[in-house]
Amino acid sequence: MARANKPLPESPSQTAGPYVHIGCMPNYSGIEGIYAEDPGRQILDARTSGTRIRIYGYIYDGDGAPLTDAVIETWQADAAGRYPSPQDTRGAADVNFGGWGRKPCDPQTGEFRFATIKPGRVPYPDGRLQAPHITLWIVARGINVGLHTRLYFDDEATANAVDPLLVQVDPQDRVATLIAKSTGGGGFRFDIHLQGADETVFLDM
Amino acid sequence: MSDESGHHAYLPRDRSWQPPGLTPEYRSSRLRSPRQPLLRLPTTLSEETGPVFGHALLGPQDDDLIHNYAAAGESALGPRILVHGQLRDQSGRGIAGALVEVWQANAGGRYRHRNEGYLAPLDPNFGGCGRCLSDANGYYRFTTIQPAPYPWPNNPNAWRPAHIHFSLFGPAFAQRLITQMYFEGDPLIWMCPIVNAIPHRQGVESLIARLDMDAAVSMDMLAWRFDITLRGLEQTLFENRSEGL
Repeated sequence: MARANKPLPESPSQTAGPYVHIGCMPNYSGIEGIYAEDPGRQILDARTSGTRIRIYGYIYDGDGAPLTDAVIETWQADAAGRYPSPQDTRGAADVNFGGWGRKPCDPQTGEFRFATIKPGRVPYPDGRLQAPHITLWIVARGINVGLHTRLYFDDEATANAVDPLLVQVDPQDRVATLIAKSTGGGGFRFDIHLQGADETVFLDM
Repeated sequence: MSDESGHHAYLPRDRSWQPPGLTPEYRSSRLRSPRQPLLRLPTTLSEETGPVFGHALLGPQDDDLIHNYAAAGESALGPRILVHGQLRDQSGRGIAGALVEVWQANAGGRYRHRNEGYLAPLDPNFGGCGRCLSDANGYYRFTTIQPAPYPWPNNPNAWRPAHIHFSLFGPAFAQRLITQMYFEGDPLIWMCPIVNAIPHRQGVESLIARLDMDAAVSMDMLAWRFDITLRGLEQTLFENRSEGL
């Protein structure tokens, strides 16, 4: 079968809109009885290996107001640095770890929070190890194409300093926008700024 | 390209084809669009992998929005339709096992959501969400009712064209996409600032489902065909070239 070498165009993205919860987390949005559980509600269970952590924060718009209608998805490696995905062919990942989460921002306060484990290190394409990180994807009304970014950890300063992605951030002082701050007891605060002086580094990967 | 770490790079996203972040006519984008350039880098394992969804996730009526929220023996109000198509990557290859999630307004243009206060009534038999997994060749299908256009406060007398929201999960997180499907012949499509965020007319055309009389079910429901393309691997195109396929 002949195939053109020129790739087909990707379907254009459209905003998830204000009612994304209906389709992505119906139970949360009050539509109960269709799905047993909203997908991505739990990233781990009691058998998952690794250090328990809790991530929380806010997504701020250009006026500094927290988004109360956004949905954030998370994707990460297990504690050994392997992805629970057939696309990771380096060996079996923790069978008790899904790696993927989907969480709403609180409709009143805008806070998002998820419980997970600290991910292990994953190689960059050239073989260098990346610092532990969680991939984030944010959708909401007013966001035309879902925003990719990454969350790194402030207690991994040595690994962060040589991370193959972080070293490419220009100017380097914007790296701080990608680092979650430990608040003790396994908690990490990570705020996302869509605009302004502290605008988060968003990725086109 | 594949290398010793087992990674397979995805084609970079064509940002000139996708809507930009800031589209001032769509008011909500003004305060929610990054102003700094995105950091553009090749994909790594973190983007080339993704969660797996199996059939164990699905309930028997997940792909039937006409009935999945309806009381026993009842069904949602509105024109019954079948929506189907192929999910493929940029090489044209069908994507198997992808999670397709949909949500929509009811036949009066009303969403079942706490923040929604449109005059049109809720339909007690319509929830507005559904999902399915694509088959071995990337085909998906679900049944629903045709949603209505509805007004929104973006600008005076602003109306959204009838649409169904789609969330797509291919095998790689890099392919993650949310989009909207429109209906062929709806004059509101070309007046909508969300649609018009798409820079090229051909891009808009690719989001318009076509009436598909071959798939319509006689005395039951009309059918609409909507194909979706997710990002593809660089390697696939390279292999096609080298093998002369």
